[in-house]
Amino acid sequence: MNREVYLDNNATTKVAPEVLQEMLPYFCEYYGNPSSAHNFGANVRKRIDAAREKVAQLIGALPEEIIFTSGGTESDNTAIHSALATQPNKKHIITSKVEHPAVLNYCKYLEKNGYKVSYINVDEDGNIDLPELENSIRQDTAIISIMYANNETGVIFPIKRIAEIAKNHGVLVHTDAVQAVGKIPINLKDMQIDMLSISGHKIHSPKGIGVLYIRKNLKFKPFIIGGHQENGLRAGTENVASIIGLGKACELALKNIDYENTKVRELRDKLECGLVEKIKLTKVNGKNAERLPNTLNISFKNVEGEAILLYLNEKRICASSGSACTTGSLEPSHVLMAMKTPFEYAHGSIRFSFSKYNTIEDVDCVLAEMPAIIEKLRNLSPFQD
Amino acid sequence: MWEYSDKVKEHFFNPHNVGKIDDADVVVEVGSAACGDALKLYLKIDNDVITDAKFQTYGCGSAIASSSVLTDMIIGKKLDEVKTITNEDIVKILGGLPPAKIHCSVMAQEAIEKALNVYYGKAAEEKLADGEYIVCHCFNVSNFKIEKVLKEHNLQTVEEVTHYTKAGGACGKCKPNIEKIIQEYYKKGAAKKMTNLEKIERIKSVINSEIRPALQNDGGDIELIDFKNDVVIVKLRGACGGCPMAKMTLKNFVEEVLKEKVDANLTVEEE
Repeated sequence: MNREVYLDNNATTKVAPEVLQEMLPYFCEYYGNPSSAHNFGANVRKRIDAAREKVAQLIGALPEEIIFTSGGTESDNTAIHSALATQPNKKHIITSKVEHPAVLNYCKYLEKNGYKVSYINVDEDGNIDLPELENSIRQDTAIISIMYANNETGVIFPIKRIAEIAKNHGVLVHTDAVQAVGKIPINLKDMQIDMLSISGHKIHSPKGIGVLYIRKNLKFKPFIIGGHQENGLRAGTENVASIIGLGKACELALKNIDYENTKVRELRDKLECGLVEKIKLTKVNGKNAERLPNTLNISFKNVEGEAILLYLNEKRICASSGSACTTGSLEPSHVLMAMKTPFEYAHGSIRFSFSKYNTIEDVDCVLAEMPAIIEKLRNLSPFQD
Repeated sequence: MWEYSDKVKEHFFNPHNVGKIDDADVVVEVGSAACGDALKLYLKIDNDVITDAKFQTYGCGSAIASSSVLTDMIIGKKLDEVKTITNEDIVKILGGLPPAKIHCSVMAQEAIEKALNVYYGKAAEEKLADGEYIVCHCFNVSNFKIEKVLKEHNLQTVEEVTHYTKAGGACGKCKPNIEKIIQEYYKKGAAKKMTNLEKIERIKSVINSEIRPALQNDGGDIELIDFKNDVVIVKLRGACGGCPMAKMTLKNFVEEVLKEKVDANLTVEEE
């Protein structure tokens, strides 16, 4: 194999060639400022609006409900910030224990500044505890922010149901849909979500571009203050080329959504079955939950994840791990810990995440290399059962 | 992914002395599955000489490499020689470890220390001594152990203590207590200044664990030549040798790090 086997698409994805093609003229040819009074700038503005329309189509929203941001993190921070800023009497936030750090660490920061946060538990399959969520709602709950699908395990949360619960209590709902968009169909006409975050680089557009969906007529206070761009909702001269690219990526994602849920799912399932069959003492994390079609999080008992990644890296296979050692922290993934995954499995977790660019050869390559790697590391280990 | 030295990779991909010794004279285990690394060390001892050593390790790249290096270091050695092995010796042979991985070398050093204690019939310190209590419950680290690393490595910050012992690395609840232990330790010891010997030990340790890995990343290296009157004399090697930025590196990086980690009065000069 003389190329990378890239199975880390939940970390980031390749920019689609069609997306890059669409972006290129906006660097040297059509470089006008969309806010300018001349046609040279105004024409760029039209293309931004076209991109906005494509983003809206992908999630069943209106174009005026879409603002462009610098990425998923900014969108997440902005949503929570706005919910608190528009409801100054409400000091309580509900989120889950398995959120992305963009939500989790922002909540921890808010806790230091006088806000209260409830972190809802998940069960051993990674499903959220809905009764606990409902019981946590208080008079002063400003927002419920729960991810659409988990980045580490791919477990999908019942966002529609969560939105219903929130609405019954008059609480705002935000969802970090960074991993879900483009992988499963999302139609915001069907549910009462107030805000939703998207990241460009997870769906084959460049890094550094994202979206915050803000439901029409929702009270909103911007997070980034300055010029009047994005209808006064997000200041800063537009990242024009990336916005055009993200528009194209959303158009492709919409066309591709069936492929994700058939062909990509097949590849994931083949890898999952193959690994479980060839290697004993494995555990598929989130196996009994509804999961994204592209994500496999699998633990190998009694081997340490970073050691596995070092071997995979030698074989030019790109994956990631929830082991403590990989990240420099000393505790394994907060997601696997919240799922009460036993330590001897949690330290040995590997995430393989697919995209439309993966092939059956990629799966075969991992299935050919993995058993020997695990065997070698298990032979080294003092724990043999 | 961590930037590991070639030596770490070599020992990780092809570890030496892996396995068990069925008729071992001493078998000890340190670490645990919960902590994410564990090392089981088997020794064959004849006439106070370690005639064979084997290991089994569960853990990351640097844990396996540290174990492999340890066994290489002790086979054929007298117990008296082995007694003085420090984790820095292991780090040095490995060509440096990332700061967050120092605890892997500590685990290997602890294994041999525990093995000697068992061999000499000293009860391995399972029970807490008088005045000893657990500070970090996640990793089962006591105040005595923290004071030990403070003393041996002249550590100054909570972060450094975490790198050496893991204490405070998981939930982080004990970090204020570690801070308190550090402050009290140095209040007690403030009167006694570091001896020259202690300074040299500390300088060596910082050069090996922090300065050399950074320089090696750019193809350079550094060697400690001499130390007198708080002047650290070094020689830059490799790419650093002829580099026009070498003077800057020396003053802005090497000297700054040593000032921060060892003694604010130090200056660094090239040989």
